[in-house]
Amino acid sequence: MEPFKRTTGVLAPLDRANVDTDQIIPKQFLKRIERSGYGPFLFYDWRRQGGFILDRPEYQGATFLVTGPNFGCGSSREHAAWSLLDAGFRAVIAPSFSDIFKSNGFRSGLLPVELPETAVRQLIDLAVRQPGIEITVDLESSLISLPARGESSGWEADFSVDPFFRECLLNGWDEVALTLRQDADIARYESTRPGWLPISR
Amino acid sequence: MGRTMASKIWDDHRVAAPEGEPDLLYVDLHLVHEVTSPQAFESLRLNDRHVRRPELTLATMDHDVPTRGGRAAADEVAERQMSALEENCRRAGIRLFGMGSARQGIVHVIGPELGLTQPGMLIVCGDSHTSTHGAFGALAFGIGTSEVEHVLATQCLRQRRPRAMAVTVEGALPLGVTAKDVALGIIARIGVEGGRGHVIEYRGSTIRGLSMEGRMTVCNMTIEAGARAGMIAPDETTFAYMKGREYAPRPDQWEAAVASWRALATDAGAGFEHEVAIDAGRLEPYVSWGTNPGQSVPVTGSVPSPSTETDERALRYMALEPGTAMESISIDRVFIGSCTNARLEDLRIAASVVRGHNVHPKVRAMVVPGSASVKRQAESEGLDAIFRDAGFEWRDAGCSMCLGMNPDILRPGERCASTSNRNFEGRQGSGGRTHLVSPPMAAAAAIAGHLVDVREFN
Repeated sequence: MEPFKRTTGVLAPLDRANVDTDQIIPKQFLKRIERSGYGPFLFYDWRRQGGFILDRPEYQGATFLVTGPNFGCGSSREHAAWSLLDAGFRAVIAPSFSDIFKSNGFRSGLLPVELPETAVRQLIDLAVRQPGIEITVDLESSLISLPARGESSGWEADFSVDPFFRECLLNGWDEVALTLRQDADIARYESTRPGWLPISR
Repeated sequence: MGRTMASKIWDDHRVAAPEGEPDLLYVDLHLVHEVTSPQAFESLRLNDRHVRRPELTLATMDHDVPTRGGRAAADEVAERQMSALEENCRRAGIRLFGMGSARQGIVHVIGPELGLTQPGMLIVCGDSHTSTHGAFGALAFGIGTSEVEHVLATQCLRQRRPRAMAVTVEGALPLGVTAKDVALGIIARIGVEGGRGHVIEYRGSTIRGLSMEGRMTVCNMTIEAGARAGMIAPDETTFAYMKGREYAPRPDQWEAAVASWRALATDAGAGFEHEVAIDAGRLEPYVSWGTNPGQSVPVTGSVPSPSTETDERALRYMALEPGTAMESISIDRVFIGSCTNARLEDLRIAASVVRGHNVHPKVRAMVVPGSASVKRQAESEGLDAIFRDAGFEWRDAGCSMCLGMNPDILRPGERCASTSNRNFEGRQGSGGRTHLVSPPMAAAAAIAGHLVDVREFN
């Protein structure tokens, strides 16, 4: 997993609530057995309908997506996080995420940032009014910022992230490797499991 | 201060609780299917890791499988995914009930019917509808592919303890109102985000009165309310369902197992962070009108006026006008199937509506049993003949048109009454329009050619 420390890039808005993972990556693209190459199919149906906001030239190469509540609801497909990463996104900012999408984001290197609805609204308005505007997401200081420039005043908001996943993301840690070090604990637990529990053989 | 059932199961599975970190939990059963596992196995290979407990893992093929024409009908990419699963299971020594196996079926149908799903267990699968298994008083939830890899390698997961919500449903269900309507009614009430971060425990006389199939339907739909998991305390109904199943505890272990299952129920003094009460007597058959499962109304109602941009978008996609009576909406397709509603009881009740009628000439209707076993049992009862005689297609087991990863999809603009769980845009096929309903409501719609109140239907 690629570490996430501090990244600056274009902010793209998707002003919709309850964006489900079927919209992020439709099922016909889940039949591949690779982890990469999903970027071209991100929001496939919405893009195909034409006039989709993320297709505007100013949002090309965007690093951050700011969107509505309950982002990533529905199917558990991690392909949703992979397709966003593959398309160049490093973080999604929303008032809330579905539990599974949030976990998939942390575990695949796509930072889910939860901000209050008013702050998200400000960011969406900003990205719509000033297309191509860049923000900085700093995980070390847990701060999203937009430097003051010319006549526009700056903007910042702090966010909180689960401290465990924050460490994993900052360091690019492999969670499986961490758990494999706890082999003794796992073996000890296994010796206590009731005998009636099923085995699949 | 007592503990909730979810808390008891959580504590029973805690391998380690490092300060400040998520708990490390042990997984009793890891269910695997062809779509969300190939990248996990590949990553194990690249890192020279092995599957820690293949015998606590079970694989099946369900998402991609064609439901007629056998494996030869699968497209090239689906075939590659099924072959990959076979190869991965062979190398790791994981039991696989693949296409053609007498035990193949939708992963959330076969776990319970084989007796692998048991009270008190911690069960995971790379599929959001893993919440289904909570009907047995198990803690069961969906995970992503990175977590699938983590469980394969360590048989454990790192998780933060979710909050607890109680949804209590009291009273007798009115005639024609099913477990599916209870689920849709709950989601209409608490919203598609209402359960986020929580495990929902379903309680009350209505829930206790449900069969295991009905309880599975309710727990299955829990994810549509955004909750991590749904669960129901095990009782005599649970034990009677389990006894004698292939992987259930042996007769010499049975009493000890049941004694431990009885102790799982939430203690009298335990608290829930949120509590919701539902009066079963006020529930009606529900129909979804929009593009998420919270957007539903009783079938006697009409398409609501949009109150948000999300509602407006949904109405545009569904091509519906506010004020339209739900019963006046014509349909093109009917799908009776999915991990929500494709068990024997679902097919029996749908068949009881269909018997003696014909599918409306402009409707194409299909029944896709949840498992090969459900299909055999239904055929032994003659249910297949009832469906076929009426003009339904009778298919092989799989996820099928719930998510349309196989050839069973809606064409753009087609409108479908479906017993599945999600009415998202394009879920059943790009441009397709889904109305979520119960099995008897789907059966009645197939015959009438439009959405119809099954209570008035004869």
